[in-house]
Formats: sequence, C-alpha cells, structure tokens
Amino acid sequence: MSTLRHIAVVIALVAPFGVARAADGGNVVAPRLGKPMTAAEVTAWNRTIFPDGRGLPPGHGTAEEGRILYAEKCARCHGAHGEGATAEDLIGAPTPPTREDPNKTIGAYWPFATTIFDFISRSMPPAAPGSLSADETYAITAYLLAANNVISQDDDMNDKTLPKVEMPNRNGFIWIDVKKPK
Amino acid sequence: MAGKLTDADLKPVAGGGLLDRRLLLKGGIVLASAQAAASSLSAADTKAASPIEPSDPPWLHATGGPFTGYGTPSKFEKYVVRNIGGNRTPAGDGVSWTPLEDLEGIVTPSGLHFERHHDGVPDIDPALHRLVIHGLVRKPLEFKIDDLLRYPMQSRFLFIECGGNSNAGWHSEPIQRPVGAFHGLVSCSEWTGVPLSILLDEAGVDSAASWVIAEGADAGLLNVSLPLSKLTDDAMLGLYQNGERLRPENGYPLRLIVPGWEGITNVKWLRRLHVADQPAMTRNETAKYTELLPSGKARMFTFVMDAKSLITSPSPGQKMYGANVYEIRGLAWSGRGKIAKVEVSADGGKTWAEAHLQDPVLAQCFTRFRAPWAWDGKPAVLKSRATDETGYVQPERDVLVKERGREGYFHYNAIVCWAVDEDGEITHVYA
Repeated sequence: MSTLRHIAVVIALVAPFGVARAADGGNVVAPRLGKPMTAAEVTAWNRTIFPDGRGLPPGHGTAEEGRILYAEKCARCHGAHGEGATAEDLIGAPTPPTREDPNKTIGAYWPFATTIFDFISRSMPPAAPGSLSADETYAITAYLLAANNVISQDDDMNDKTLPKVEMPNRNGFIWIDVKKPK
Repeated sequence: MAGKLTDADLKPVAGGGLLDRRLLLKGGIVLASAQAAASSLSAADTKAASPIEPSDPPWLHATGGPFTGYGTPSKFEKYVVRNIGGNRTPAGDGVSWTPLEDLEGIVTPSGLHFERHHDGVPDIDPALHRLVIHGLVRKPLEFKIDDLLRYPMQSRFLFIECGGNSNAGWHSEPIQRPVGAFHGLVSCSEWTGVPLSILLDEAGVDSAASWVIAEGADAGLLNVSLPLSKLTDDAMLGLYQNGERLRPENGYPLRLIVPGWEGITNVKWLRRLHVADQPAMTRNETAKYTELLPSGKARMFTFVMDAKSLITSPSPGQKMYGANVYEIRGLAWSGRGKIAKVEVSADGGKTWAEAHLQDPVLAQCFTRFRAPWAWDGKPAVLKSRATDETGYVQPERDVLVKERGREGYFHYNAIVCWAVDEDGEITHVYA
C-alpha cells in the first residue's frame, strides 16, 4: 500500500511516462526510459547511406586501386573476374535484364551505385566486415562499376561522384506494397 | 454430433474419395495417417538381449531419470531436426529448414524455427546491446534491453516466412524432398514484445518521415527499409518467443516482428532504427528480395507474404499403407489476415472438398487444416488451396509462372501437388 502511494506521488510529480496509441487503437500507459542521444552519439551509431549520397564518408578511390584490392579481398569467392564462384557473380553486361538474359549482376540489375558502397562497407568481406577503409571501399566500388562498363577506368569515386553514377537498370523496378512517390 | 457413422457419412464429397470434413467432428471415425519412412527410433533399433514385453517394460520397475534444468526432446525423436543447407563459403551464409512434416498443431518449437543468416549468429551480451532510434525524430533515443523489458507488452501468434521460401517451385522439374526441406523456411511462434508505436511515440516522429531503416547487430549489419506506416500499425520489438527469451539464432536479445511480411523485414539482433523520408535502397531490397519478371522489370518492396497452403501428411518421404481412411493434414497461412477456407483435392484439382480448419484461426498465423480421405489404393493426386479473408485465392503453379516467369526466385506461393502411387509412395509433381 505504501509502495503504491509512493508510485502515485512520483507519477504526480514528474510523470515519467507517456500515453501512446496501441495497435488495437486503445491507449497504453508506458514509461519513458529512452536515454536522449547527443549529436556525437548519433553520428557514431549512424551508418545509413542513402541513394542521394547522404551518409557517404569522405574518401575516394579508382578502379585501378580497386582491381588490386578486389583480387586480394574478393576474388576468392566472387571469381577472378567477378564471374561468381562460391558467392554470386558481380560483373555482366551493362544492359537491363531481359527474358533471354535474366542477368542480375551489378551492371545489369542494381539500381543505385551507393548500394555497392553501403553493402561492402557493412558486410564485406564476410570474415572481417568493417575492415576496409573508406578509400578502399570507394576503390573496390569503382573497380566493380568500371568492370561492369558503368563508369570509365579513370573515374574517381567519392562522396560527390558516386551518387551521380547512373545505373543502367535505375528504372527497372516496380514498387508493389508501397506507393512509389512521384 | 458424436454417434454412429452411417454409409451416407462415408459417401465421398469430392473425387478420389474425399469425405465430408464434418466427419472429423463426429469423433466416431478412426483415421490412419501416413507414416514417415524414416520414422522415430523404434524398439528394434535399441533391441535388448531379451525381448521386452510392452505390457511390462523395464521402466515400470526402476526410478526414472534425474530432473533437468532445461528439458530436451526424447532421444527417440533425435531425427526431428532442422535441415541445414547452403553453408559453403562463408560459413555463416545459409539456411536451415523447419521439418514441417514432423510437426503438428500450429506452433513451431523454438529450436526448430527456420534460420536464414547472412553472416552467422552473433553471440550478443544483452548488457552491451542497445537499440537506438534516430533520424527524423524530435529526440533521438537509446534503450537498454532491461529498459525495454519494463514497457507494456503484447503477445501474438505469428508466422515468419522467408521471402525465398519454396523457391525450388520455380524449377522446371519438381524437386523431390521432404516438405520441410522444400517449404520449411516458414515457422510459427508466439512472439511477445513491445509495440513499436510506443517507442516511436516517445522519440517523437517528424511529420516528414515515411520510412524507417532497420539494422541488425550481426557481422553483416543487415539493413532493410520499411514504411513507417506498417511499423506504427502493428510491428513490435520481439523479446520473447514461445514464452522464453529469444534464441540467439532468432535474434537474441531483440528482433523486429513485422506481422505477415517477408522474413528479412523481421530484422534479428535489432540495434538501430533510422527514421527517414525515403528508403536507403539497401542490397537486400534491390539486388535481392526483388523479383525479376518476364518483361525485364522487377517487383520491389514485395513485403506481404501471400496466402499459401500445403499438405504435410501425406507428403514426400512418408508412405501410405493400403486402402483405408486417412486424415489429410496441412498448414495454411496468409500475410494479409486470417485463412478463410482451405480446399483439398484428391483428383489433381478436378474436384475439391472443404477442409476442416482447426481452432484457433488467427491473422498472419499458421492455420492447421484436416480432411478425411477414403483412399481406394489407386493412384491419386493431392492438392490444397487456401483462400484468405481478403478473398485472395492461392494460385495454381501454371498461373503463377505465367504471371511472374521463373526468374523471380522469391515469393513462390503456388498450389503444391503430391502424387500417390499404388504402393503408397508419394512424390512431388506439377499437375
């Protein structure tokens, strides 16, 4: 009884809870236990890279630099020329897939160049994800784009140029369960 | 009404000997079931020197085994395990299938829930795990697991199905495997956790927000984008599965639960929710989990798992033992809501009989169906067809393939077809 009274007093004084809408439409009373984050903490956590380039780190790299890194870090699973091995093929014609050639390599299928950087930086190589520097990741991304004939060998990839790369299959997707914005 | 069965009761209601589903309610019918060819360990496997009489087995005469802190299945059920596939290089990229043919009811035991990992199962210390919510919110917030455990919770029985489940169905030849090793990237659990709307409300979502990018704490930092509206509608932060805290392979200590949506959206080991005004166009929503159509265009953001059903007994790998009355057993589910009806056919789809749906029938949850079948011992072709409460009807395979082609890989939900031959052997066929 005294505990209940104590809780009631605390609630009356500081109201450390909120009323949120529950999925069934009713209201639920919930505590508010989230610790506010500082801007620096958000920066340390945030790893999202958007197609418009937001979130890309400083740094740069070219296909030539990337070719060496690819041979060292990627070829064992993806094949010496990106033809695929134990892992999927990455390099193919820079034309959207067709019924006769249902190709899903980077040049044929991937709609955004930023996706390559994001996926390598967070997931590759699988035995040591996060081990590549931003420069190395830009370089491997440049190598893959050049090998797919999407950019030229000399194009420098960085946080400004990468989001501007026009992928051949950019408009190859139909949104199904979400309405695509104009 | 329980009572004496008449000849009229045993009159088929559809071709091939399908009987009225209401017979199951009469309680007077004795049904055989198909048996697994590789069944449980039997007495023959553990034969003692002197024969044991079932009327007086030795365990009646000695104190049984000790108490255990956490129970495990009988050693005689040791073959009921997940079927692990796809582990090549790297070791953490692959799947394990739920053995649907060995299970009954609607709940998948937690240790048999299917797995799809992209870079292994992380060994997470919950004291060091955080969930952060940031982006287009008034107040970015960080939560400890102990904090989340103090929030109001809800429980729901929900299936989770991998978007790539049943993809062998796209093959030109029917694959011959037990039903779980073909369709077992789907499982059903009671999930308990905190409605995500509560935490989003606490962070204060900006009116410009429309997407949330969810990220897991596995080695691949798996990330996917989800529309905010679904997350505020019915998503939850899953902390418990079937009454106990999540298993590591199912996201311990925290996973996203997105009812009815493809498995990858139910992000395991959830660590970050980035509220945004657009999707991040991650690898797993562009290069993967999209479905290439014959036109060369691809379906994207195909989140909802459409209605599906399959017969778990009899099914390939099991055997039927002569003409008799059998119970056809199966599972149906829909990402759009409740299952409204399951029909079964024993003549390859020429005629159909409605199956009995066992209670409970819940939205976005496995529904167990049963149908009595008087098999005459002649070749038969079994099918099941689900209809959900939105009126969506599970399509025949030729209809689905005509619409989608065979290069889509994901979201295969066509009617599944088993052929029974005169010896009672069961094979997967396209018919």
